[in-house]
Amino acid sequence: MRKILEVRNLSKIYGKGCPRCIESTGPEADTNMCPHCGSVVAIHDVSFDLHEGEILGLMGESGSGKSTVVKNLYFDQTPTSGSARFIEEDAKHEMFNLNAAQQRRLRNQRFGMVYQNPHLGLNFGISSGGNIAERLLMSDVSHYGEIRERAKELLSRTEVLLSRMDESPAAFSGGMQQRVQIAKALATNPPLLYLDEVTTGLDLSVQARILDLILEIQQERNTAMIVVTHDLGVIRLLTGRALVMKYGRVIESGLTDQILEDPQHAYTQRLVASAL
Amino acid sequence: MQTPILKINGFAKHFTLHEQGKQIPSSHNVNLEVYAGELTALIGPTGAGKSSVLKGIYRTYLPSAGEILYRDRHGELVDLAQADEYRMLQLRHEEIGFVTQFLFCLPRQSTLDVVAHPLVVRGESRESARNKAAEMLAALNLPERLWSISPATFSGGEKQRVNLARGLVAKPRLLLLDEPTASLDPVTAERVIGIIEGIKQEGVAMLAIFHHPELTHRLGDRVVELTPPSASLTTQAIDQQEKVYA
Ligand SMILES: Nc1ncnc2c1ncn2[C@@H]1O[C@H](COP(=O)(O)OP(=O)(O)OP(=O)(O)O)[C@@H](O)[C@H]1O
Ligand SMILES: [Mg+2]
Ligand SMILES: [Zn+2]
Repeated sequence: MRKILEVRNLSKIYGKGCPRCIESTGPEADTNMCPHCGSVVAIHDVSFDLHEGEILGLMGESGSGKSTVVKNLYFDQTPTSGSARFIEEDAKHEMFNLNAAQQRRLRNQRFGMVYQNPHLGLNFGISSGGNIAERLLMSDVSHYGEIRERAKELLSRTEVLLSRMDESPAAFSGGMQQRVQIAKALATNPPLLYLDEVTTGLDLSVQARILDLILEIQQERNTAMIVVTHDLGVIRLLTGRALVMKYGRVIESGLTDQILEDPQHAYTQRLVASAL
Repeated sequence: MQTPILKINGFAKHFTLHEQGKQIPSSHNVNLEVYAGELTALIGPTGAGKSSVLKGIYRTYLPSAGEILYRDRHGELVDLAQADEYRMLQLRHEEIGFVTQFLFCLPRQSTLDVVAHPLVVRGESRESARNKAAEMLAALNLPERLWSISPATFSGGEKQRVNLARGLVAKPRLLLLDEPTASLDPVTAERVIGIIEGIKQEGVAMLAIFHHPELTHRLGDRVVELTPPSASLTTQAIDQQEKVYA
């Protein structure tokens, strides 16, 4: 499998920062807030690779920096330092050196994002079909009939009732909203998807169906995914490799079954034990 | 002289539990060989670390010491104790199968799809993968009415057959079996034995743990006995030591 993403030394600090931010934060310091200047070191020195069709898990407690990683990679935020290289068959992109238009192109056409909060991923002011159309319009499709067809295709693939495609997602259940978000993320058939706590807060049976859908999509389209979750069950179901984060640092990484059955780091051992 | 598919030298596994400040020894000084078309049986008392050897090969456990030399289908030698994660994932998909004692699967996935999965991952069409899965489930005597539902609620013996079917269907080059007949009735166990003999003839190399010595005798071409970690290092001894110092 080809490598499609190479993230190196990614860091994001909220606040002015000072020379002692790094040494004063992290798992050893037991905080991500610098006691000297009050800045938050949300992530520091995060590195990993992602291959075509691979599902990588980011796990860790609330505030450990999981979402910050994907937000930076989706250009929702700008990292303080570090690099990310997105590798296509015929081109390599140094993601943080691209200009705004180039970044928008990657975001609209090559990446997809599904947020925990559907309000972030969907426009509730327009219909569900319209949400998908919007994304298609931002890429290369512009023929009305074709857009409507594609939207239908995507919504039926994610098991959203077509009879409701002209309603706003505001009227939908949480599970349905996530399906619309997934359909929208898939609209341009991107090779890379970011999924941030997509099943958190949903009923168990709804969760199970969404997790199945995600796996089916990965198998059908060979989509690479970064799955952010604090739910070890989701990590186990979906991912082949995983990174464990604490206070913005990656403290352990490996094959998912190994991390869950033979965790090396004291923190991971506690995390896994408490989930049993 | 035939060369082994798998050769383990000086394998050891221990767990470091940080919270309790404990080292738990599991397997130590394990040496063994597995050949194509043969079954190597691992025997030894409980606590001798038999399952840990299988998990160490599959890298569900990180080996603490030793070499796990695997010869892949291109003849290349890989030390599974050191191989990178992507190499391990590739070998799991393409060459090494593991029938564990417990079945882990998706909540909504049908039994047929659970069993077909390893084939789908290898790029077979869903259709043909399902057909082969059905054949294997029938061979293992799992009632057809169960095929379309999730194994999540199955009995121990039913789950074990699903697990076996999934491990056997993809005909790996190396198959690791952890007590594959432990919760089966004698008739079904006999079928499983027949299937194991069959895939042995097809050239599959197997490393297996059996709960019953008779099976080791019937199926094992080689037998490797593990001894529990030396008495001074057993968990119990560490517990006692800690009590003394507490
Ligand atoms: N815009 C911001 N300004 C200041 N601090 C922020 C900002 N966004 C995030 N943080 C902080 O950065 C740290 C990492 O946040 P992040 O959202 O990445 O965590 P997370 O691992 O996704 O947590 P959760 O599981 O709760 O979603 C947290 O301490 C958070 O409070
Ligand atoms: Mg988050
Ligand atoms: Zn600081």
